[in-house]
Amino acid sequence: MANKKSNDKSELNKVPFATRVRPYLIVAPSLIITIGIMVPFAMAIWYSLTNYSFKLPNHKFIGLTNWVNMLGDPSFWGAVKISLLYGVISTVIEMLIGLGVAILLNNLNNGLSKVLRVLLVFPLMIAPVTATIVWQLMLNSSVGIVEKLLNIFGVYNFPWAAAPGTALLTVILIDVWINTAFIILLVLAGLQSLPKSPFESALIDGGSAWFNFTNLTLPMLKPSLYIALLFRFMAALQEYAVIFALTKGGPGDSLMSLSLTAYQKGFKFQKFGGAIPYILVLWLLINIAAKRIVNLQRSAQKQAAGLEE
Amino acid sequence: MKTGKQRALNVLQNILLIVYAIFALFPLIWMVLISFKSDTEVFTTTFVFNPTLANYQEVLLRSDYGRYILDSVIVSGGAVLVSIIVGVPAAYALARYNFPRKEDLAFQILSYKFAPEILVVLPLFMIYQKIGLYDSYVGLIWVYQLISLPLLIWVVRGYFEDISVEIEYAAQVDGYSWYQIFFKMLVPLIKPGLVSSALLAFIFAWNSFTFPLILSSNNVYPVTVAIMKYLGTDSAHYGQLAVASTVSALPAVIFALCIQKHLVRGLSFGAVKG
Repeated sequence: MANKKSNDKSELNKVPFATRVRPYLIVAPSLIITIGIMVPFAMAIWYSLTNYSFKLPNHKFIGLTNWVNMLGDPSFWGAVKISLLYGVISTVIEMLIGLGVAILLNNLNNGLSKVLRVLLVFPLMIAPVTATIVWQLMLNSSVGIVEKLLNIFGVYNFPWAAAPGTALLTVILIDVWINTAFIILLVLAGLQSLPKSPFESALIDGGSAWFNFTNLTLPMLKPSLYIALLFRFMAALQEYAVIFALTKGGPGDSLMSLSLTAYQKGFKFQKFGGAIPYILVLWLLINIAAKRIVNLQRSAQKQAAGLEE
Repeated sequence: MKTGKQRALNVLQNILLIVYAIFALFPLIWMVLISFKSDTEVFTTTFVFNPTLANYQEVLLRSDYGRYILDSVIVSGGAVLVSIIVGVPAAYALARYNFPRKEDLAFQILSYKFAPEILVVLPLFMIYQKIGLYDSYVGLIWVYQLISLPLLIWVVRGYFEDISVEIEYAAQVDGYSWYQIFFKMLVPLIKPGLVSSALLAFIFAWNSFTFPLILSSNNVYPVTVAIMKYLGTDSAHYGQLAVASTVSALPAVIFALCIQKHLVRGLSFGAVKG
């Protein structure tokens, strides 16, 4: 097998031009469709160096003023911290629960698991803003159904989104409710496509279930897990709808993430030029995280391919 | 025969699954209940109330809600369809061929997923107005590619990479054309990844709010924007909001039910892998 692959490579160098450009031609439509997005992006970098605002008819170049203002603003580092805390905590919880539930759905081949395979995706189908409003009604600290439930256990007036200490917990709870389904669906599809033969030979060797899980399932599932992690973490760092619908960044500025700070500056205070550096910092953070996860995914994919042979 | 230990493990797994299902489904049940409540009863927490269809009448009969749903179906469905047509071949090329800057290209496509929407949407608004794509189906389907295409390409690529090259060679030797191999052999093998990512792409396009809010107005009016009407500035009509959300989830629910049987593998993988 290994020999054959290296042969392929040396043959590839000899192949005619038409064959060499073929992969580029196949990928080209995807790039052409989306390349227009680089124009707004370049414009945005330019705007971050101006005093652009919807109020002003014209804007002028003001150098790095917006960037210097941002770095000098104590709330900037707070916003970075909240974006990272929200992104990391919610993604970790969703990955753990999502993997667990996907394995349960895959293991239990009964009526319950067949029905739940479809039903458990439903939370994703409600617009995040609406989902947050339903949770808001449920968590209402005087008349909410969750409050009634907590009363049974002797907990009264749990503040949820009303107190700075519990606000982050509340938005993460709602995020977990919405987005765990995303992990479940991708991991379940990954589990469904694992090859059978390694497990059949493991059955003959008589390995324990735990041994099979850590030595076969997990390494072969890793590429799918990293893809799920990649897309969830990128979205969680940018999360905006849940926080905005629940508290608009409050109480105080306890939930002012980079996205919310940028929105507030850009739309509420009408300083679009001043808002853009916040968004570009967020973009940079996501870029670094995505590169790292992609590298892990690529090496996991190569390892998994080796295992399946 | 199952041993006692295995049976206990089985029961435990079922219980864990049910616990999670209650957490995941209760808020949805609550939302459906709210949709039958009048505005004065929204804040009651008993399950006993006077059910009313007034919210449904208000949303479904006295507004253009059906049209909004149709608009959402057209733009989200169209976006996923375009993504599949251009994305699946791209995923194949990125998985199968070795070519210079391959990983850079793949990352470029991925990066569209985290292009900040607020940054993209304002310049795009000006561009769309100039080239006549503002408030059109094509305009939204195009911009939705940022949502649907990266996810589809990256998920499907992994599934192509899992299929060994040898089976393609073997089929070529047997005299099958490239198209036959692709559609009859490869597509069934990537099916779990293709349908799950297509469903997710559809849902994310459906839930997109920023793009339709800024890039369309009267001609194309997706539900996410329409729903906001029920959170009026004077008073929030939670019952109507619940109706609107419940109804707007139906197309995605139908989509999920249709593809559910394709979520499991099409062929026995053991025979064709590695």
